[in-house]
Amino acid sequence: MKRFHSGIRYLVLLALVFAALVVSGCADSKKEETKSEAEKAETQQQAETTTSLTVAMDAIPVSLDPHVQLSGGMLQYSHLVFDPLVRWTQDMEIEPRLAESWEQIDPTTLRFKLRKGVKFHSGNEFTAEDVVYTLERLKKSDDFKGLFEPFEKAVAVDSHTVDLITKKPYGLTLAMSTYIFPLDKKFYEGKDEIVKSGPSFANENESGTGPYVVTKYVPGEQLVLNEYDGYWTERGNVEELVVKAIPNAPARVAALLSKDVDFIMPVPPTDMKRIEETEGLKLTTLPGSRIITLQLNQERRPEFQNQKVRQAIVYAIDNVGIVKKIMKGFGTPAAQQGPKGYAGYLEELQPRYDLEKAKQLMKDAGYENGFECTMIAPNNRYVNDAKIAEAVVSMLSKIGIKVNLKTMPKAQYWDQFDARSADIQMIGWHSDTEDSANFSEFLVMCPSKETGYGQYNSGEYCNPKVDELVIASQSETDMAKRAEMLQEVERLLFEDAAFVPLHWQNLAWASKDNMNTEVIVNTMNFPYFGDLVVE
Amino acid sequence: MFAFIVKRVAQALLVMMIIGFIGFAIKHNFGDPVRDLVGQRVTPEERAEIRERLGLNDPFFVQYGRFLKNAVQGDLGRSFFFKKPAMDIIMQKAPATLELVFASACIIVFLSVPLGIFCAIRPRHWFSRFTMGGSIVGVSMPVFLTAILLIYVFSVELGWLPSYGRGETVTLFGWWKSGLLTADGLEHLIMPSIALSSIMLPLFIRLIRSEMMEVLESEYVKYAWAKGIKPSRVWIVHAFKNTLLPVITVGGVQLGIMVAFTILTETVFNWQGMGAMFIESVERADTSLMVAYLVFVGFIFVLVNTLVDIIYGLINPMVRVTGRK
Repeated sequence: MKRFHSGIRYLVLLALVFAALVVSGCADSKKEETKSEAEKAETQQQAETTTSLTVAMDAIPVSLDPHVQLSGGMLQYSHLVFDPLVRWTQDMEIEPRLAESWEQIDPTTLRFKLRKGVKFHSGNEFTAEDVVYTLERLKKSDDFKGLFEPFEKAVAVDSHTVDLITKKPYGLTLAMSTYIFPLDKKFYEGKDEIVKSGPSFANENESGTGPYVVTKYVPGEQLVLNEYDGYWTERGNVEELVVKAIPNAPARVAALLSKDVDFIMPVPPTDMKRIEETEGLKLTTLPGSRIITLQLNQERRPEFQNQKVRQAIVYAIDNVGIVKKIMKGFGTPAAQQGPKGYAGYLEELQPRYDLEKAKQLMKDAGYENGFECTMIAPNNRYVNDAKIAEAVVSMLSKIGIKVNLKTMPKAQYWDQFDARSADIQMIGWHSDTEDSANFSEFLVMCPSKETGYGQYNSGEYCNPKVDELVIASQSETDMAKRAEMLQEVERLLFEDAAFVPLHWQNLAWASKDNMNTEVIVNTMNFPYFGDLVVE
Repeated sequence: MFAFIVKRVAQALLVMMIIGFIGFAIKHNFGDPVRDLVGQRVTPEERAEIRERLGLNDPFFVQYGRFLKNAVQGDLGRSFFFKKPAMDIIMQKAPATLELVFASACIIVFLSVPLGIFCAIRPRHWFSRFTMGGSIVGVSMPVFLTAILLIYVFSVELGWLPSYGRGETVTLFGWWKSGLLTADGLEHLIMPSIALSSIMLPLFIRLIRSEMMEVLESEYVKYAWAKGIKPSRVWIVHAFKNTLLPVITVGGVQLGIMVAFTILTETVFNWQGMGAMFIESVERADTSLMVAYLVFVGFIFVLVNTLVDIIYGLINPMVRVTGRK
């Protein structure tokens, strides 16, 4: 008993010390608290007079430097804080922004007339020099230099005229100008290093011409933006935009349903009905342009070299059924790479599902008894990726192909994908250039280290005719001729069953119904929040 | 006594070394962080170059040696995603997690003690049966399910409580961001702390109940009854005080487990603490931050267990005697 008492004395002592710590901490915090209350009153007052909007996304920008990463998230950010020379409209036309007009003065030169009187957030005036500077910086960025490889340079003709000069005639110069978000040369120069995983000036500071100015940035948590009162054109009426990261999809939906946030993206297909049926909310959807495909590795699997086997696989997979059942209608079944609206799109190529025909093709190819192969797919990269892969496995079993499927998180998936570790591999692709050629360059052209083509062609498909057409299309500036070439590519790939097209993922945004969400969104998934109007 | 403490601390250090090694081995085989840093169109050659710059191409033991050398100086590497030292990120996120654990611990202590005592004294009372039955449900329900249910009832349907985040915080001591001192912060804390405590609370009620029942059967309690001492004094002073010791020991271990359980709770409530940070770092293959988290949480585990052992050794010298054998 005595020992227990001495033990308890120790505990009491410990508790006292702890209590003392807490009390001193509280005393210390008292001042903080009163101060913060004053601050709170102030922000409350502000809240009454400003229109503030909270947006929850699955992730917020990884940096304030728009050139540090080429991703959907960074481009969304660029449209808020910077402003492009030109931008896409909802129906895939190009509209002027910082460039007022443009003109092709020779096959390799596109001349832009720039808007006058535009000011950066720092107060510096926007001139042609800034465009020259921005293109040079893009060519230094690990992520963007591939995209800007065809560009020779930009030349300032006078203070508000700039020439974009390409190495060869290039059909996508104007389309690529949607990626040129002029940076403030005077602001960045001298401290403009692009750093991926360390501190840098540009990672923490910004000066663009866009509708919003960054007032607070907490990586991985939130981005707070305020209206830029010197903006050059009319804008929506949101004065404070708070972008929160809520990576967990059900939590994101719950935050909208409980009115804690005003706008969410992306919306998981499982919750769409619920949002549509909730009063005061609205769901906006558009067909997207990311294609989900399966690649059949011809080097690992001799069977896949046989065109009939590849066709049999395409015929055996009911991709319309996958969209209906697994995607809950939230996708567009595909039979080619580029979606409707893209240069290479061919209306006549339609999904083909015919189990009898598939069985017949397997018989003709001499694989009546089928064979066994392996497959990998990610389980947290594309919408329902693992479920789609499982459906494919059961569909292929009907024509005697036994598939051993392995799914894994994306952190491990890409290493496996690069190593070509399975016979069938899943990949989704969104064209960086909003153009059909981009799909072919990365996914189906003959893989080559020297040229860099076919970087994601894990099917090892190689067709010289396709390569020839895609390369020729790059320097074709007659857009009608170019489209014809790209359509020919799609037809060749279709006949050859070069890969298994599944569907294009649709896009969805959900918001309160007092704003013009349907006007500001687009197929690239860069909502133009600068144009958002809240009633 | 001194020898005992030295021995426990040495053991703790060894465990830390092992945790560090396992964490680092996982890091080395986990995936390529560069993949998440760059866009899809960056070529394999350029990616290899970036890996080289980050020192990820060095042999395993070169990297491990560098990691150990830095770790001894308190530097657990740099988070690729946050572009800052991993330790800074953890210190920035730790207050959120610790406050959540603290609030849950308070809920557990303030509920389990009276409930446990009541169930021990009146085991056949309807309320005791109800509590014991309820605790089985509590134990068997996963934390994230409890959390989602809470959100749907109190945020979505009733609209009483905020569904995500920490709300308003104030800064203490210049770096500790606290949500405990604002009404908004406390409101945000209610559901996450209930969800987190839901796993441990039933366990403690049952533990206190069974320990207490055992003590109530002991000779000295019977003697106290015989002397005619007031029931409340017998229960609290004679019986409960002696129930506490095993409860404190178990509590120490469970505290560490609770830190680990915050991973689920924080993810569902988007609570900006270490747990949610860890899950995200796994998804981004931000391997340095993952290892730093493992080492840090391992450190908390080891620290709490070592302290409990030492305190227990002070209280009950029998432990030291058996340990020496």
